Amino acid sequence: MQERLKELQTEALEKISTAADLKELNDIRVSYLGKKGPITEVLKGMGKLSAEERPKMGALANEVRDSIAAGIEQKQKHHEEAAVKQKLAAEKIDVTLPGRPVKTGNHHPLTRIIEEIEDLFIGMGYTVAEGPEVEKDYYNFEALNLPKGHPARDMQDSFYITEEILLRTHTSPVQARTMEKHEGKGPVKIICPGKVYRRDNDDATHSHQFMQIEGLVVDENIRMTDLKGTLEVFAKKMFGDDREIRLRPSFFPFTEPSVEMDISCKICGGKGCSVCKGTGWIEILGAGMVHPNVLEMAGFDSKKYTGFAFGMGPERIAMLKYGVDDIRHFYTNDVRFLKQFSIHE
Amino acid sequence: MFVSYKWLQEYVDLSGVTPVELAEKITKSGIEVEGVEVLNEGIKGVVVGHVLEREQHPNADKLNKCLVDTGAGEPVQIICGASNVDKGQKVAVATVGAVLPGNFKIKRAKLRGEESSGMICSLQELGFDSKLVAKEYSEGIYVFPEDVEVGQNAIEQLNRDDQVLELGLTPNRSDCLSMLGVAYEVAAILGREVRLPEPQVETSSEEASDYIDVQAEAKEDNPLYVAKVIKNVKVGPSPVWMQARLMAAGIRPHNNVVDVTNYILLEYGQPLHAFDYDRLGSKEILIRRAKDGEVIVTLDDAKRELTSDHLLITNGSEPIALAGVMGGANSEVQSDTKNVLIESAYFKGATVRKASKDHGLRSEASSRFEKGVDPNRVRDAAERAAQLLAEYAGGEVLEGSVEADSLKVEPAVISVTLEKINRVLGTALSMKEVKEIFARLQFETSADHHEITVTVPTRRGDITIEEDLIEEVGRLYGYGNLDSTLPVGASAPGHLTDYQNKRRLVRRYLEGAGLYQAVTYSLTNEAKATQYALEEREPVQLAMPMSEDRSLLRLSLVPQLLEVLKYNSARQNDSLAVYETGAVFLSNSKGELPEEREHLAGAVTGLWEIHPWQGEKKPVDFYVVKGILEGLFDNLGISGKIAYRQSEKDGMHPGRTAEILLSGNSVGFVGQVHPTVEKELDLKETYVFELSLKAILEAEVAPLQYEAIPRFPSITRDIALVVDKAAAAGELEAIIKEAGGKLLKDVHVFDLYEGERMEPGKKSIAFSLKYFDPERTLTDEDVAKAHDQVLDAVKEKAGAVLRG
Ligand SMILES: [Zn+2]
Repeated sequence: MQERLKELQTEALEKISTAADLKELNDIRVSYLGKKGPITEVLKGMGKLSAEERPKMGALANEVRDSIAAGIEQKQKHHEEAAVKQKLAAEKIDVTLPGRPVKTGNHHPLTRIIEEIEDLFIGMGYTVAEGPEVEKDYYNFEALNLPKGHPARDMQDSFYITEEILLRTHTSPVQARTMEKHEGKGPVKIICPGKVYRRDNDDATHSHQFMQIEGLVVDENIRMTDLKGTLEVFAKKMFGDDREIRLRPSFFPFTEPSVEMDISCKICGGKGCSVCKGTGWIEILGAGMVHPNVLEMAGFDSKKYTGFAFGMGPERIAMLKYGVDDIRHFYTNDVRFLKQFSIHE
Repeated sequence: MFVSYKWLQEYVDLSGVTPVELAEKITKSGIEVEGVEVLNEGIKGVVVGHVLEREQHPNADKLNKCLVDTGAGEPVQIICGASNVDKGQKVAVATVGAVLPGNFKIKRAKLRGEESSGMICSLQELGFDSKLVAKEYSEGIYVFPEDVEVGQNAIEQLNRDDQVLELGLTPNRSDCLSMLGVAYEVAAILGREVRLPEPQVETSSEEASDYIDVQAEAKEDNPLYVAKVIKNVKVGPSPVWMQARLMAAGIRPHNNVVDVTNYILLEYGQPLHAFDYDRLGSKEILIRRAKDGEVIVTLDDAKRELTSDHLLITNGSEPIALAGVMGGANSEVQSDTKNVLIESAYFKGATVRKASKDHGLRSEASSRFEKGVDPNRVRDAAERAAQLLAEYAGGEVLEGSVEADSLKVEPAVISVTLEKINRVLGTALSMKEVKEIFARLQFETSADHHEITVTVPTRRGDITIEEDLIEEVGRLYGYGNLDSTLPVGASAPGHLTDYQNKRRLVRRYLEGAGLYQAVTYSLTNEAKATQYALEEREPVQLAMPMSEDRSLLRLSLVPQLLEVLKYNSARQNDSLAVYETGAVFLSNSKGELPEEREHLAGAVTGLWEIHPWQGEKKPVDFYVVKGILEGLFDNLGISGKIAYRQSEKDGMHPGRTAEILLSGNSVGFVGQVHPTVEKELDLKETYVFELSLKAILEAEVAPLQYEAIPRFPSITRDIALVVDKAAAAGELEAIIKEAGGKLLKDVHVFDLYEGERMEPGKKSIAFSLKYFDPERTLTDEDVAKAHDQVLDAVKEKAGAVLRG
């Protein structure tokens, strides 16, 4: 009986090992472990055994059953794994096909420049001030030390709506308005971005509408060295740490002293090339110490307060930074142009 | 201002400073040098030759065969096409081997069978601007004066071995519109001296006052008028060096009298005018305002009608010059002029400006008057002119000058403390250093240890306040020498306002949703200005537009965005989504600023979902764009206040346009562009929206507050309602919401059926309703109660029937 059981075990395990699929395994399970299977059959003869041998044989029979069941389970697992493998192999895809495009747009390059400048100055304690694009002659000119008949008004030929109202020619009126709101009390620390308008025919370097961003700081003890330091921080952040800057005396009616800031030409490294017109320097912005007349007109005591202001054109900065060669691109909105500014270095 | 380096050397020692170095120094200390031109660049081998013989070329009518002595070896034969070449002339000869501008190399040649060893040159061929070449040589070769030596370097003889600095002058530095002014500036920069011309002239025994009387009626317009009389001048060419200097400065030579006046203009910055004394028609000069309607014929033979704004020089009755702008034709110096009256005057800038503007006559002279000449140079300039006319026109200078003088010249005296200078500049200069800087500028000063008082010369009319003095100190000290610091003192953290922050959020959201940001022009034409406006209001109009297309300010951003789509569509990009934020302008009553409202607009055209190799191509539709807006309103926390109302709008599809309401107020629209407009613009199906950005960003939003995650399950019930085809889902939804009470947490459409299984004129809309109570688990009875109310309401208010 013992031998018969062992035989059955060996036989079953052999069959299991060669079973080709899950169905065959199931057949083996039914035929060996089922109620009508050979093991049950063998155990029917247990009645003939002594009381002593009966439990031993029972244990052996269970052992054989377990071993067959375990064999089946193992083989079954093996088959299942193979089946999964096969299924996965059939599901293989071409990973080199292009992905599903995600729709994205991006910032206009001018917004990108303006936000970069805003964020830089916000980090230095400035707030962003905005004002109307249609302005009073007073804020656009007079409050900025450009009385009627001043020859420097010619520098900014303007679009008038009435004799007293015009499209602002710069964002400086926002400075005048902000200072006025402060009612003679500092500090004022603002950055003013916005659209401005001048009577220019549109060509590669001129646009009747363009952007400006200006900064203004008014407080007690604001020095020209503060202006220089501030502009250096700005220039290095926008154009790179390796760029040198220089301040050159200039003239603006609303500042005194007035300067223009140049940065060293990246293309030629300062030796002179066509981009820098042979000078090694590229003009970036105008700046200066706020003219006492401007302070006084806005209600500040020019004996107590000093200030600096600077202004620049985001178009020019974008043109220099990204090598854009025609200002009209900014206003044509050709998607082949706009798309290029999605990358963030 | 064009500054000849060689000429400048007359007033300042420039040794050891090349023109390029000088240019850099000038730029660094205040006046931008925009370029340095080398006048003789690319010229080699041009000498003075003597035309010994000239005869007609045997084979060509228009050519001359010349025998020319070039001072080196045998005379050579040169064929010359100029009609003015002749025997005995001294001319500029480009010899064989010479190089002319444009790398033009002179070789031995045969012209119509005759040998030619060189070329006789015109000034243009030597690199002179043809606009500057004197009339007599403009059509032919240049002829030297007889006393020039043969064989000399012709370029040197023409004073072309020079370099010219082009100064870009800011309006405040009109003092540098003169060689003397530039000399003072350069001397200050280099720390060297200025050598001024000292006109000395022998005068005749006759007195100028016997020849002329000068009266100024308009004293305010003309506080100083100086007349000098020079007799017996011989009008002819001016010396070569003078012509060369005029040309280097961009002025065309005429004759010695006119050239002298222009030379003084350049040297002193003082415009002069020369009258033919014998053509004055009287012995009197009267300066007065014109009468309205009075007429003058100016040098350019134009008849000009005047008003009382214009200042005239008259002979007592008739106008002889428009003051500071242009002389009269009646008193012009001509080739037979013998006696000359030189006018040197101080005219008020604004008066000249008005006249030059009214008559469109802007000249070297008028622009200098407009900016203000140095009152202390008026007499010197007249003296210097007299001297040069005596020297180069053989004139006799009459004793004295005749003047009308009511001018009070008081130099500005300004004090500034050392502390203020250092406080503004951020420097630590000593009084000694400050004084040295003013000494270099040749400003007189007096100082104690804390304050300096500066007497500003009248040539520097731009310096009027202490800040101007500080600028002089700063620029000559050198901004490069300043430290770099940052403002110190009380400072608050920088930040964006809520509005500005939200505007950035809106941009980022739309870009994330697939829209490109566009920036377009605010100025547009009449048709587009009001198209798609959210509010009907008169557009703002420019007084003097440059063109019809840019004559009014826009009331809507949509027309420009459609232009952007059209532009791109015409360039093979017919599927595109763009948006813009920008102001629109609504006019107020006259004299008031218009109202500016920031708007947000978008335009989407062509395909929206594209996945080519999976064959997916879905064009944009209304619900794509509406979905984008819904997401936007969610982000801004205002979804609950937004409603859409079917509406009609010019230029929009009448059945596919919705007005957008915020708390019941119209704030914008969304919809399909009218197919006829699409066709006009050659666009595929296109959807647009425009919103008052101001309205949606300023809408009140409840502060963000955490809401407990539900602990109890919710119960969902779906209903399909059969309604009229015209019924709006939004209205049904509103009815359901109202009827559902507070247990009804969410309602949304999940199916729409309009197919053939429906009764004609009907459709089925299915809603999913979610009931929920945060306090307890709902029972079926609770839900049934609320749900029955919903069913009753839709039946009653919308005639909806539950679909079986
Ligand atoms: Zn360069």
